[in-house]
Amino acid sequence: MSTEIQNVSRRGFLKGMFSAGAFVLAVRYLPDAAFAQDAARSLIDQAPLHPSVYVGLETDGTVYIIAHRSEMGTSSRTSVPLILADELDADWSRVKIVQAVGDPRYGSQDTDGSKSVREFFNPMREAGATTRLMLVRAAAQQWGVSPDECSTGLHQVVHASSGRKADYGQLVAAAAKLPVPAKSEVKFKKRDQWRYIGEGEDPYDLRDYCTGKAGFGIDAKSDGMLFAAIAHPLVLGGTIKSLDDKSALAVKGVQRTVTIETFKPPCHFQPLGGVAVLADTTWAAFQGRKQLKIDWDNGANAAYSSDVFKRQLQETARKPGKVWRNQGNVDKEFAAGNRVIEADYYIPHLAHASMEPPMALADVRGDHVEVWTCTQNPQAVQESVGTALGIPKENVVCHVTLLGGGFGRKSKPDYAVEAAVLSRKAGKPVKVVWSREDDVQFDYYHTVSATHMKAAVDANGRPTAWLQRSVFPPIGSTFQAGAELAGAGEMQQGWTDIPYDLPNLRVENGPAPAHVRIGWFRSVANIYHAFAVQTFTDELASNASADRIQYALDLIGPPRIIDLKAMGVDYPNYGASPAEYPVDTARLRHVIEQAAEKSGWGKEKSGNGVGYGFAAHRSFLTYVACVVKVEVNADGDIAIPRVDYVVDAGTVVNPDRTRSQFEGAAVYGTSIARYGEITAKNGAIEQSNFNDYQVTRLPEAPRQTNVYIVENEAPPAGVGEPGVPPYVPAMCNAIFAATRKRVRELPLAKLDFSKASQS
Amino acid sequence: MIQFKLNGQEQTFDGDPSMPLLWYVRDIAGLSGTKFGCGMGLCGACTVHRNGKAVRSCSTPMSGVAGQEIVTIEAIAGPHGLHPVQIAWIENSVPQCGYCQSGQIMQAVALLAGTPKPSDSEIENAMAGNICRCGTYQRIRAAIKQAAGVKA
Repeated sequence: MSTEIQNVSRRGFLKGMFSAGAFVLAVRYLPDAAFAQDAARSLIDQAPLHPSVYVGLETDGTVYIIAHRSEMGTSSRTSVPLILADELDADWSRVKIVQAVGDPRYGSQDTDGSKSVREFFNPMREAGATTRLMLVRAAAQQWGVSPDECSTGLHQVVHASSGRKADYGQLVAAAAKLPVPAKSEVKFKKRDQWRYIGEGEDPYDLRDYCTGKAGFGIDAKSDGMLFAAIAHPLVLGGTIKSLDDKSALAVKGVQRTVTIETFKPPCHFQPLGGVAVLADTTWAAFQGRKQLKIDWDNGANAAYSSDVFKRQLQETARKPGKVWRNQGNVDKEFAAGNRVIEADYYIPHLAHASMEPPMALADVRGDHVEVWTCTQNPQAVQESVGTALGIPKENVVCHVTLLGGGFGRKSKPDYAVEAAVLSRKAGKPVKVVWSREDDVQFDYYHTVSATHMKAAVDANGRPTAWLQRSVFPPIGSTFQAGAELAGAGEMQQGWTDIPYDLPNLRVENGPAPAHVRIGWFRSVANIYHAFAVQTFTDELASNASADRIQYALDLIGPPRIIDLKAMGVDYPNYGASPAEYPVDTARLRHVIEQAAEKSGWGKEKSGNGVGYGFAAHRSFLTYVACVVKVEVNADGDIAIPRVDYVVDAGTVVNPDRTRSQFEGAAVYGTSIARYGEITAKNGAIEQSNFNDYQVTRLPEAPRQTNVYIVENEAPPAGVGEPGVPPYVPAMCNAIFAATRKRVRELPLAKLDFSKASQS
Repeated sequence: MIQFKLNGQEQTFDGDPSMPLLWYVRDIAGLSGTKFGCGMGLCGACTVHRNGKAVRSCSTPMSGVAGQEIVTIEAIAGPHGLHPVQIAWIENSVPQCGYCQSGQIMQAVALLAGTPKPSDSEIENAMAGNICRCGTYQRIRAAIKQAAGVKA
């Protein structure tokens, strides 16, 4: 059928591909459509004018822009192409977005770390400006004038002095004959000429989301495909001792079972192992799986129980660990006679629980594979599937569907590897469907953490020495078996970069082994680090009888750049240059001062069940201050009538989508605070679905979240994650303000606030 | 043999009567707008209408739809355009990832059909069964009020 595509006239091909509402999944109408038939790529490469891998123009003026990052709800699929469209002066209504397959030529497609806009702001501008310059030159040539006399308006080149205008479509053929200008010739628009950046646009798929037409991983289809449900080992690393699949095979619609080998450590993105039931419908696969009789050898992790492990973590957190940052001499100061205040904090494992569980369809033909999946990282799909099947990664075509949420879970493509392994064994396309139970019980969990905080305070309650130590099974354990110490990627997240002006400061990390898969989770290590720092700050302010915000500003100290490198700290700064993205306390102070003003801080007194809490935190290069108001009634029920965020993310492309990310972060944070807890017993996860792993529902979500975006010409930073870290401590500090009951361990559901509101 | 109507079309089904309606809608009828989220009626992603009332298709067995009229997200728009709830959803830019929104919209449409001017607590009660992990609740509330023409 691949030849059939080539025989179709290109016009017809395009029409088939991109009719209204069609998403890239439209390729599935040609099931064996040509391995390596990368529709998106051929569309751009065959467009008459295509000066960059990201953009192609048709002679009717239609602009195709590649979305090479995954769409999981942040609107990166809209906002990144919008940057290109702005620099091109393109009419957004004449832009069609084309989702890229995994391909290194687009640069990183790993949609995580809140960096889609940050990392591709300039590449997108370059592609847009290059194209614009070629159109201008083509027009100038036709009109016999100098390109310098021409400018662009909306989707047209204008020669102001003669009043001549030409639509981009009219110029495409001529522009296509021109050489692509060198980078040095390309000029970007000035900020005041931007038409979309800073204004934003609705999500490209908005209408499809509201009409049921949007295509997610679960919606991928292929002729003759089988549905697979997999019984995974209950304990990480477990293997099959014996299997009886007779009853499973007797279920109507079940075709066969396939055993998947348990991975060899480290787990990386390999399948967990287990037994797959392949069937004609999802339901038959689920029913068949229930009938499997498997006797497991649970292996080395069967001793993992969260209650015991919690005590071990807390003990480790009280012992000296690896020093990551050291100023002055905290030990000497702790012994000097000032009052010493200590506190320990704990946050359990969390599961991502995106609304769409992991899903993948794979079709293996010989040494070529085509995969359709909801992934944050299609290049990792290519690599992992290639490795598992022993074929070059270039032979793996990964189509990226829309993601029904990701939050970091879908950066790990183990489920796509499962689909590929099963398709090879079955000789048919196979769609792996994870149930909610699979999702909750076999996640790459947010780690479990214990943190120990210790300060010596002077007569005014200001710290003269500060020690902080975090202990958690690190993400590194997923990639290196036995890793117990954190990496710089984790320690940078709100820990080594603590922005306080303190003469004596030590930042440490202690070892902890992993017994489940550990992975990135929206805002990652910032969650427990911000919780510890921001709650402890609140505790010290309370001890000093100081206003929380004034106290925090005093600790942060004067506006300055904190040069961590100069202090000898291994600080990756989220992969960004410290010159472009310094740790700048002036910006941190500014969001805090703004948050105090916007939230009406201090106007209503906390106490008697009403409380205001505050926290501020820099993460993913963005500065965020957050004020949360809570009401705690006599039954201990907590309501959240209002949240105020002030956000300095530098240059913001899409303000409404930025606000929506922070509105969502408050809800995500509410879930962490209220309910977030995954526990293991004898190595197996005890929670399974939304009944025992609860997440926030509408009535208990923040009622009104206000998001104020600081106008700033600094380079763009992140917006998907930075709303989560300060929210959780701000909410817990609000609960303290309302009830005088301090929250040092989550989740809140385990704590009793009844009658606390009266104290 | 189970007979019922799906988006106005007569259907017959002679398979497992305990199979949830969700899998008929998705895997057999090929209507993918209705989503799978939990399989236990806990999250609302699979919400459809049975005789105009919102039900969770993941926990409604096929035996329970005999003789009934089922409507999915694909069929709530009228001949002249989108349903007012869909329009309100678009105007408030409610969706983030979008996965739960079919279910949210179906729930909201059923709410307004029975309670055209819902109070805050009626909205909360009606929508409490629909989880949105992206956290679009504030805009869901605003969109329902807009569609209902009640004050925000």
